[in-house]
Amino acid sequence: MDGLPGRTVDTSIDAIGCDARPVLRERGQREVFCGLTGIVWLHRKIQDAFFLVVGSRTCAHLIQSAAGVMIFAEPRFATAIIDERDLAGLADANDELDRVVSRLISRRPDIKLLFLVGSCPSEVIKLDLSRAALRLSRQMAPAVRVLSYSGSGIETTFTQGEDACLASLVPEMPVVADGAADLLVVGALADVVEDQFRRLFGELGLDRVAFFPPRKAGDLPAVGPGTRMLLAQPFLAETARLLEERGAVRVAAPFPLGEEGTTAWLRAACAEFGVSSARFEAVTAAPRERARTAIARSRPVLDGKSIFLFPDSQLEIPLGRFVSRELGMRLTEIGTPYLHRGHLAEELSWLPESVALSEGQDVERQLDRCRDMRPDLTVCGLGLANPLEAEGLATKWSIELLFSPIQGYDQAGDLAELFARPLVRRAKLRV
Amino acid sequence: MQLTLWTYEGPPHIGAMRVATAMEGLHYVLHAPQGDTYADLLFTMIERRQKRPPVTYTTFQARDLGADTADLFKQSVRDAAERFKPQALLVGASCTAELIQDDPGGLARSMGLDLPVVAVELPAYQKKENWGAAETLYRLVREFARRPEHVPARTSCNILGPTALGFRHRDDLREITGLLTGMGISVNVVAPLGASPADLARLGEAHFNVMLYPEIAGPTAAFLDKQLGQKSTRTVPIGMGATCDFIAEVAELAGIDAGPHLDSAHAHAPWYARSVDSNYLTGKRVYIFGDATHVIAAARIAQDELGFTVVGMGSYSREQARDVREAAKRYGVEALITDDYLDVEDQVAALQPELVLGSQMERHIAKRLGVPCAMISAPMHVQDFPARYAPQMGFEGANVIFDSWVHPLMMGLEEHLLQMFREDSEFSEAPSHLGHAAAPVRAAEPVAELVAAPEGAVLDVAVLEAVPGGPPVWTAEAEKELGKIPFFVRGKARRNTEKYASECGIARISIETLYEAKAKVGR
Repeated sequence: MDGLPGRTVDTSIDAIGCDARPVLRERGQREVFCGLTGIVWLHRKIQDAFFLVVGSRTCAHLIQSAAGVMIFAEPRFATAIIDERDLAGLADANDELDRVVSRLISRRPDIKLLFLVGSCPSEVIKLDLSRAALRLSRQMAPAVRVLSYSGSGIETTFTQGEDACLASLVPEMPVVADGAADLLVVGALADVVEDQFRRLFGELGLDRVAFFPPRKAGDLPAVGPGTRMLLAQPFLAETARLLEERGAVRVAAPFPLGEEGTTAWLRAACAEFGVSSARFEAVTAAPRERARTAIARSRPVLDGKSIFLFPDSQLEIPLGRFVSRELGMRLTEIGTPYLHRGHLAEELSWLPESVALSEGQDVERQLDRCRDMRPDLTVCGLGLANPLEAEGLATKWSIELLFSPIQGYDQAGDLAELFARPLVRRAKLRV
Repeated sequence: MQLTLWTYEGPPHIGAMRVATAMEGLHYVLHAPQGDTYADLLFTMIERRQKRPPVTYTTFQARDLGADTADLFKQSVRDAAERFKPQALLVGASCTAELIQDDPGGLARSMGLDLPVVAVELPAYQKKENWGAAETLYRLVREFARRPEHVPARTSCNILGPTALGFRHRDDLREITGLLTGMGISVNVVAPLGASPADLARLGEAHFNVMLYPEIAGPTAAFLDKQLGQKSTRTVPIGMGATCDFIAEVAELAGIDAGPHLDSAHAHAPWYARSVDSNYLTGKRVYIFGDATHVIAAARIAQDELGFTVVGMGSYSREQARDVREAAKRYGVEALITDDYLDVEDQVAALQPELVLGSQMERHIAKRLGVPCAMISAPMHVQDFPARYAPQMGFEGANVIFDSWVHPLMMGLEEHLLQMFREDSEFSEAPSHLGHAAAPVRAAEPVAELVAAPEGAVLDVAVLEAVPGGPPVWTAEAEKELGKIPFFVRGKARRNTEKYASECGIARISIETLYEAKAKVGR
């Protein structure tokens, strides 16, 4: 494959901030989801919110393909499909949108918060959804609040959809009043993980903790000067920026993946609030031991094995750090759609020197590199997994790493097992 | 704008991908924004294809819109031609690229590539997946099919229609190829599945065409008829009757005698349908929804080959709506043409069929309503690509259909035994080879829910007063009697009784009402 001119129009090597590590920046075909896909988990998280994509049949088809069976369980998402009449100006797109929204709300009176979600077509035809949201909000107040954000592929990659959604909620958050939370955990987590963290924070003496996004639209936490925010996900650049504008201060920390990551994440919050190290040790000793034991079960399968991560959710760097430091895996290349140097500074400092980092994607060239390296395990999207398996490479679907609860001590073993399972299975099969 | 929760068909460029992915030596450069690559997983995950679809996406982003997306497109074309070295390129736009009007066809042709470029314009805001597949196949055939120097003497045909991500296309093709070969007819070209552009050039060497899926092959068959004088079969060989009609049609086109080919020692379905155990199938009420081809075929099989009663049918194939409506007349029903699954759900709920034949969406509708269901049509689900050989077409297809439609139903003998021993406690709940408790959702509802109760009211039997003008209320004795009816008809008995009571203005359903209803409403 060497010598083939790639489609890369801008390949550049760049050094990250104070970390001298070079990063390969590529532009070419990106084999990633767009931000609309975030709706799949966001609608489960905020239980009285509805997501209305204003887009094309492609958008509707994407979401139902990504959501799988979830589509059948009275989904709180839908697509207002733009048709020829809207484009030809035969129908006023805003009138049409009002009609669709009122039909929707009359069918689903349980909806308290409606997101109008912009798509590639709505962005290209410059349909102003923020104005539409204001207008509809006025019409439907106080029963329904209407907000808008863009999940379009031209502006967002996969998890950036969550960032855009949360960013649209930030201006809605109340101003900090007395008794409001001191610590704001930012980023959607599975409810079970959130509950575990809340219990741990409580045992650590941090009771004024709020999670964002909330489970109910009406429970938006307050924010203001004095709020300490702890990012639970690595893809929330814009949300964090807006929260900082409102006075929140980010607590620098790695992400809560694995025993080590979770400990460092909790410890960073505790340091901020002056929790004694004795108390921290006392509270975390047992769950840490549990996590280490659970991880150890998968380690024999993964220790010394090489791994290649294709860009997908921006979780790649924390995941790479976890498999390298806690499972003994050898990192070849870690790809990420977007590298946020500030939020990932702690993670990057934990990566070995030897790993190649890449940002953006030219999928054909990246596949060439992957085939050259023949890693023992390749983490990639659903479009690539079976073809690579057919070429003899073991793969792990990256989407499962996003849809499964993987954060925190009691999920650390599950996370390790997600990497081990493809190899265990290969070893078992005799066909 | 159309409010859509779920869609039966994808956008038209997915249809183009189904054609391109089915073919060899063709590469599709799709001008599309980042994110449209999701379509790859339809092929690699649902169909479990071992290769990525031969598609290069430009995956433009907002920053490219400010610069030059046309250049990006040309770069993608150049790279794809260089890397994949296809015989020909297919170029087109997805919905968003259609709006930016870069003209992929014009751009690609202006590049002076040394390979043919076929442009497909697929209006994404008007048309859908099957139309896109049909248009793409037509454009490719129009580009490559040539009038042959000479037509070989041996009778041969082309098979048109099978694509990637098609409902049993792989197995239908094998079955029909075997059938034709058995008749002494060789298959010249199969398109698009497995064909290269060079193969399309040879289409004209066949004596006639076999059109398997009119949704996809219709325009191509019409073109080849007009351009090269190749006649095409019209009958889709799904079911015993249709397979025999198809053989007769093929024989006529090939100028041979159909007689020796109309029987197959392996066609077990007709005997199974006549066997005594199948008596219980008589008049089973069946509802059918899916693509036009499969729905029309299924209705004929249901009525003529299994003795069912077609109580409703419909399709999401708007392009073939007329054919479906025409077919529906034969069964005395009006066809439902819609792409809104909620319409289908309403109709299934209203008609209370005993079997639903449909796509994965109807499977879920049926599951919700507690009705058995079998799959007959796309949209595709991973379960619709069985590992085993499971055609729908030809004699083996008829066998497969018999099994897959009848197995979800209670076996005849089993049903009789259940009737006999229904008082036996061991048989009281869901005693079936099916294993799952297919209790109808409505029937599982506590009686209390049938009464509109004020919020927060504690519901117990004491408050079960008939509301004037409201739904009828069951007395405790009638409810108990209802419990003695086998579970698989209990829901229907409940609905029929309630309907009967409402119509007669009966507010409280007694045992008497239950049996009155059985006598008067039951089929």
